[in-house]
Amino acid sequence: MYDFAYTKPASLADAVRALGGADAKALAGGQTLIPVLKQRLNRPSLVVDLGGLGLAGIAVSTEAVTIGAATTHAAVAASARVQQAFPALACLAAGIGDRQVRNRGTLGGSLANNDPAADYPAVALATDATIRTSRRTIAADGFFQGMFTTALEPDEIITAVSFLIPQRAAYMKFRNPASRHAMVGVFVARGPQGVRVAVTGAGQDGVFRHTAFEQALEKSWSPAALDGVATPTAGLNGDIHASAAYRAHLIGVMAKRAVALAG
Amino acid sequence: MTKFGIAQSVRRVEDPRLLKGHGTYTDDITLPGMLYGVVLRSPHAAANILAIDTSAAAATPGVLAVLTGADLDIGPLPCIVSLTNRDGSKQYTPPYPALAGDAVHHVGAPVAFVVAETVQAARDAAEAIIVDYDILPSVTDLATALDPDVPQVWDAAPGNICFDWQTGQQEQTDALFAQAAHVTRLTVVNNRIVVASMEARAALAEYDAATQRWTLRTNTQGGWLLKDLLGKAVFGTGPESFRIITPDVGGGFGMKLFLYPEQVLTCFAARRLGRPVKWTSDRSEAFLADTHGRDNITLGELALDADGKFLALRSRNVANMGSALSNFAPFIPTMAGSGVLASVYGFQAIYANVIGVFTNTVPVDAYRGAGRPEANYLVERLIDRAARELNIDRAELRRRNMVGPEAMPHTTPTGKVYDSGEFRLVFDAALKTAGWAGFEGRRAEAAARGRRRGIGLAYYLEATGGGPTERAEIRFAEDGFVDVYVGTQSTGQGHETAYVQLTVDRLGVPGERVRIRQGDTDTIPEGGGTGGARSLYSEGQAILATAATVIENGRRAASEALEAAPVDIVFEAGRFAIAGTDRGIGILELAATQRARAAAGEAAATLDAAEVAEIKSHTFPNGCHIAEVEVDPETGQVALLRYSVTDDVGKAVNPMIVRGQVHGGVAQGFGQAVLERTVFDPVSGQLLSGSFMDYALPRADDLPDIEVELIEVPCATNPLGVKGAGEAGAVGSPPALINAILDALAPLGVAHIDMPATPERVWTAVRAAA
Repeated sequence: MYDFAYTKPASLADAVRALGGADAKALAGGQTLIPVLKQRLNRPSLVVDLGGLGLAGIAVSTEAVTIGAATTHAAVAASARVQQAFPALACLAAGIGDRQVRNRGTLGGSLANNDPAADYPAVALATDATIRTSRRTIAADGFFQGMFTTALEPDEIITAVSFLIPQRAAYMKFRNPASRHAMVGVFVARGPQGVRVAVTGAGQDGVFRHTAFEQALEKSWSPAALDGVATPTAGLNGDIHASAAYRAHLIGVMAKRAVALAG
Repeated sequence: MTKFGIAQSVRRVEDPRLLKGHGTYTDDITLPGMLYGVVLRSPHAAANILAIDTSAAAATPGVLAVLTGADLDIGPLPCIVSLTNRDGSKQYTPPYPALAGDAVHHVGAPVAFVVAETVQAARDAAEAIIVDYDILPSVTDLATALDPDVPQVWDAAPGNICFDWQTGQQEQTDALFAQAAHVTRLTVVNNRIVVASMEARAALAEYDAATQRWTLRTNTQGGWLLKDLLGKAVFGTGPESFRIITPDVGGGFGMKLFLYPEQVLTCFAARRLGRPVKWTSDRSEAFLADTHGRDNITLGELALDADGKFLALRSRNVANMGSALSNFAPFIPTMAGSGVLASVYGFQAIYANVIGVFTNTVPVDAYRGAGRPEANYLVERLIDRAARELNIDRAELRRRNMVGPEAMPHTTPTGKVYDSGEFRLVFDAALKTAGWAGFEGRRAEAAARGRRRGIGLAYYLEATGGGPTERAEIRFAEDGFVDVYVGTQSTGQGHETAYVQLTVDRLGVPGERVRIRQGDTDTIPEGGGTGGARSLYSEGQAILATAATVIENGRRAASEALEAAPVDIVFEAGRFAIAGTDRGIGILELAATQRARAAAGEAAATLDAAEVAEIKSHTFPNGCHIAEVEVDPETGQVALLRYSVTDDVGKAVNPMIVRGQVHGGVAQGFGQAVLERTVFDPVSGQLLSGSFMDYALPRADDLPDIEVELIEVPCATNPLGVKGAGEAGAVGSPPALINAILDALAPLGVAHIDMPATPERVWTAVRAAA
């Protein structure tokens, strides 16, 4: 780790101001940033800890689940209200990383980082979640802009995320045998915005919508509807764990299983 | 039975200390004035070093030394094995300096050593070193390393061949193949393993200029080898100039047996700077700096007669040595591995040819089982293949060819002499324990759920062994404890408990009063360390011999104290007594009296004793592993659902510890068979699986409960009747698992898969067979 200055502002305005400085980095749960710092792969001048902003919390209405950016995965997973209103979201949160990660990692941190193997981007995109920030609201469709890239400005902080509750939804993930992150994760949702299918873990540009699957499932919400619907390998990741062709195949398998699970 | 009696599952006496964080590992130790060392490593797989500019590094605040290869006026790290090739020439042993000279040969090779007041300063300085590399093409993949026109790792080793070794009866084997009714051929891959011990390596050296001696604290599997190698080959100052202290060690698996560059570098720097120097590997570094394991590609051939009887076995094994030869590297696939190719079966002849190969990779050396898992994997895969080809039941084919107990002692074609073994008895018990007969019902039930269930078995036999002697010393300490000094080295196995049990059994002292002392070459003059599953049967013999001498000493002292003739003194339950009377004295009381008298200048001998036991024979633990898996044919995912082991490890001194050892070995075998894949980039030579994000270790939820059934067939060559149990789990499990996966996939037409059976590999095999 290189030396850096550290601040833990108590107000959103102070945090935004601090992040405006050169080479400042926001610290949420630290599940990516801390390992990166330890390996000397990043050299911020200032680390701005967002843990003092009071951004944790869960609100559930009949239409939406709204979760504060600093809410940990463990808190989402354990929330009885989330489990009841949007069980697929609680289930997704319960499957992120391991116990330690879930007790430190946060929703806001995950979305802002936009790791191509992260789980939360899949549910956000599949429900067209509304991402509230220190300066505006951003629809999920416009938020994810490529691997580790989002619509956020350098000094913009996610404050909360609203998920419209779908009628049916499920998330299926095939884990990388080593990291246990999503090698392929598919979130299917049928809700107010129609059928949406979001795929994480597989795309070179991070999470993406699978429009061919969406169209097939609009016609018939059943696993069989996806038979014969191809997933092009173009734009998919290939690495030592899975070729693009294998990932394309897994996307189909996981999507069918997710539809079956969603009922 | 006493609380610490033999054959009881005594709870481990070391666990409260280790589990509650009271252990002391090398990195826990801080000495006054201690400095920190950081190694700058090669980012290239092959390169000439044109120049190294250390000026900015040396000027970094807090930096005391920046060492490069040019600074080292010491010898290279030695390989202590020298094989003779088939043509009578010797293996090529390349230079293996602690810091690179004018070239580097693998990613991670040490290039410079920075010593500073803090780790941070040392890291900053290491980043400031400018190395001018002339990057060369590299070869990292064993499968291509022997091809023509691939990059050559060493000019002096044409074709990348380190050695070309053979054993067995070539002519007889060829003749048996010529007359065989059937020959089964199979090429198998023993995948390269990153050892990944929980505790990373570390070294803390200090030098006393007055006595010209080093004290090196480092996590080893036995400091005596290091003392010898450092004192003779590297520094030339003599072994007596080194005191090696091994604190608690968190896992070794063979990998911590060897002398490493960082141990040399901390010693060198400590002498030069006159202050203690500590180096601790981080996890990323360990992937590139610890020896790797396995990495063989083997063609095996099995000749059978018309009745399915094995005639002969022939193998050609290509074994990756890495870029240089670690201490024992050439020994592993040759003497260690090929020596047990006969396993439990009655072959008439065996011939094995092993080609050692250089690649631009981290050196390869022993890993749990060291050659024997590789050999066992080949044999058990071949038998399953032969059974399918001949349409003979795979269990029956094995049973038909097993050596019977009436043949003991049995000499194999590779010259091993088995003292004992009830292979069919163990085998039949294993099938029963695993519910082999009822499997088809479970296969059908799984098929109804869309899963392919398979069952696989492997019989294994391994030869455990190590140094030819082992020493023990028993001292009755002033504080009333019995100190037992041993020459082996626990890395977490539970030695302390087992040795306490032996001591209690022989001396009748309370277990709570026995202390096991290990890991200091100044207080323990010799020791063979721990490796090759040798500890209990080697050290056990030494403890028995020493305890016998203690009792003899006690008998003489007691005869004096009790005023009776020595022949009338009996020793029982910790007490010397005059036979047929109630007059006697406890051993602890007698020892204390004798010590006090001796201290007061009386001519009284203490009870203390030391003995060196000669270890004359290997032991041959053997057993049967049975695995039951389910494959998800849509994804290729393999789940291990049932696992049982029926083991003959001879007499079990502590059955709980044996079971724990087998559990750990099976977990590592599962890792090799299903998860662990070491991948180098074919062009750059970079290690692509260089962290736990990309290198899959087994986790608790990968494994079912593992049933371990012990059938005790006492070893005939040691008085305890024990056989080595430490490696056995890792020897039997890979073929059992792969055979189970192939059994699951057989209905889909899949006949072969290589380790690790990753999801994509399984899916690809299923697709290719469709």
